[in-house]
Amino acid sequence: MKLQRFGSTLAIAMAATLTLAACGNDDPTTAGGDAPASSEAGDLAGALSASGSSAQNSAMTAWIAGYQGVQSGVTVTYDAIGSGGGRENFLAGAVPLAGSDAYLDEAEQTAAVEVCGDGGAFNIPVYISPVAVPYNLPNVGTLNLTPSVLAQIFDQQITNWNDPAIAADNPDAELPDMDITVVNRSDESGTTENFMEYLSATAADDWSYEADKAWPVAGGEAAAQTTGVIEVVGSTEGAIGYADASAVGSLSTAMIGVGEEFVGYSAEAAAKVVDASELVDTGVEGDLALDLARDTTESGAYPIVLVSYHIVCSNYDDAATADIVKNFVGYVISEDGQNTAAEAAGSAPISEDLRTQAQETIDMVGSN
Amino acid sequence: MSSSTGGAGSATEQSAPDAVPKSPRRLGDVVFSGASLGSGILILITLLGVALFLVVEALPVLTAAPDAITGGAGFFAYVWPLVLGTLMASAIALLVATPIAVGIALFVSHYAPPKLGNAIGFVIDLLAAVPSVVFGMWGLQVFAPALGDLYQWLEDYMSWLPFFTEASNTGRTLMTASLVLAVMILPIITSVSREVFLQTPKLHEEAALALGATKWEMIQTAVLPFGKPGVIGGTMLGLGRALGETMAVTIILSPGLFTLNLIGSGNATIPSEIALNFPEASGLRLSELIAAGLVLFVITLAVNLFARWIVDKRSEFSGAN
Repeated sequence: MKLQRFGSTLAIAMAATLTLAACGNDDPTTAGGDAPASSEAGDLAGALSASGSSAQNSAMTAWIAGYQGVQSGVTVTYDAIGSGGGRENFLAGAVPLAGSDAYLDEAEQTAAVEVCGDGGAFNIPVYISPVAVPYNLPNVGTLNLTPSVLAQIFDQQITNWNDPAIAADNPDAELPDMDITVVNRSDESGTTENFMEYLSATAADDWSYEADKAWPVAGGEAAAQTTGVIEVVGSTEGAIGYADASAVGSLSTAMIGVGEEFVGYSAEAAAKVVDASELVDTGVEGDLALDLARDTTESGAYPIVLVSYHIVCSNYDDAATADIVKNFVGYVISEDGQNTAAEAAGSAPISEDLRTQAQETIDMVGSN
Repeated sequence: MSSSTGGAGSATEQSAPDAVPKSPRRLGDVVFSGASLGSGILILITLLGVALFLVVEALPVLTAAPDAITGGAGFFAYVWPLVLGTLMASAIALLVATPIAVGIALFVSHYAPPKLGNAIGFVIDLLAAVPSVVFGMWGLQVFAPALGDLYQWLEDYMSWLPFFTEASNTGRTLMTASLVLAVMILPIITSVSREVFLQTPKLHEEAALALGATKWEMIQTAVLPFGKPGVIGGTMLGLGRALGETMAVTIILSPGLFTLNLIGSGNATIPSEIALNFPEASGLRLSELIAAGLVLFVITLAVNLFARWIVDKRSEFSGAN
């Protein structure tokens, strides 16, 4: 009996320790606020709360930490509740800054007039992340896939790696006689939506589904979060998936057909497709909402990218808020800010041209 | 697990003769009865709070147009595959875990030498302290790939059963998730069963042996009937964990539409559906997920009431007789 008593006490103690440990691994953003108080920097003081896209979350964490070195008097908090929730909060006037993988559409711009005044709201692209197509075929070093073949694989129309359609683009590769295991996200995700938008734009004949956060094709292998997809692709021979490029690690990734050539993902290639994109006319002067040129044929551009925006008002009621928002977004798009995000989240820094445009837009933000 | 409570209060009242004035209540009595009453009320308030939250947040779904719900065919069409998936996973886990748990408990309580029995009991209890995310990672990286060949074999030879029609390439199936769940609920059922088996009255056991019963017959006639309510109670605790398990299922299972095929990807459970989609959900989608949580809450409540009813019905076997 003694031993049993001891055993149950120990078990309870261990359970308590584990529970406490589980509570402890929160993101460091909340603690970062008061850390570098000793080294005073900047002249602004106050708080900025933002909410939105979870794709931006790790970049945002890095920006918030980096921003402490620029304006130590400003406390920025970011709540990654998802792009839709972020836009809702912004339009309800609950937060002065939203992160979103999609820009405010026309209906939302109309609603934005209520909180931002007649000038509406600005969409500023701040985060570019290439989406890679990792695959697991140990004997195939390079895999070239045209958009059409890619769409058919992910639609499960092409089910074997030795399919002639794949072989046609890969004359030198030894493609095995093996079932293709398609791995998609099991949770709703902006990555899925962007990947599907790309397939719709470039392979409309082979891809009939409408872009959505949830994966539409049944019968594939589904895995939770980016890490789950990477894990399953990595452990399953013959698997292919799509995932944020920063997470693919040592897995081989497919070269994607753009025009006549095949392009692998890189930060420069991803930034290139954003530069090749045209601005959407949202009726707001200075707005930088982008119509991504996913069907671009420009040499060296990698077309499967996720672009995430910061959404800010053109006009704030409160001058202090306006100053903080301008200053913070200014830091985010600065070379320093973009490199910080690239290191922390593996994103592609925006180009110099886009930075100039974004700075012009930020300068238009005012207060009354 | 036996119903040894009740009667204590009436006994003290009877023992106090009318002539003697009531003895002053001691401070310890007042504090303790207040504390236990407070605890009882607190748990009811907590439960009520959870139920209220679920109902209030789920209301928009019940009034929403059917085509606004995910899947476009109303909330019921959305939630029933999830309910079936949850029940299927839990049922398989229970079917696998209960016999093993009872076997372990019997071994520990009646067959093994006491020292070995205690050591085994200790190890089983430790299993309960492993976080579910660890079970999930183990299931994904080790267990699922290891089961791949078994699933292929089942497809080759057993595909005349609707459960084994098409094997998954990765082993990330409802069957794998259920087996991991079985491992997770094993410690709960085992320790509860062990405790009740140990409480079997020695007189019953010795009487059975004296009548010429073998050890197995003694267990059959004395230990198992006595322990039945306890085993059922432990099973229901395990079922509660299996129904609500989120992390392990989310990591292991490759979710999809409802299918009877247990060895291919497909099916989903309510907790993992909520965990997967909650981070990006807002508005009506959030209400849908919370409504699914409400359905799970009701199912768990019903299961527990049913178990309580069974235990009460069989309580004549326990304790006093």
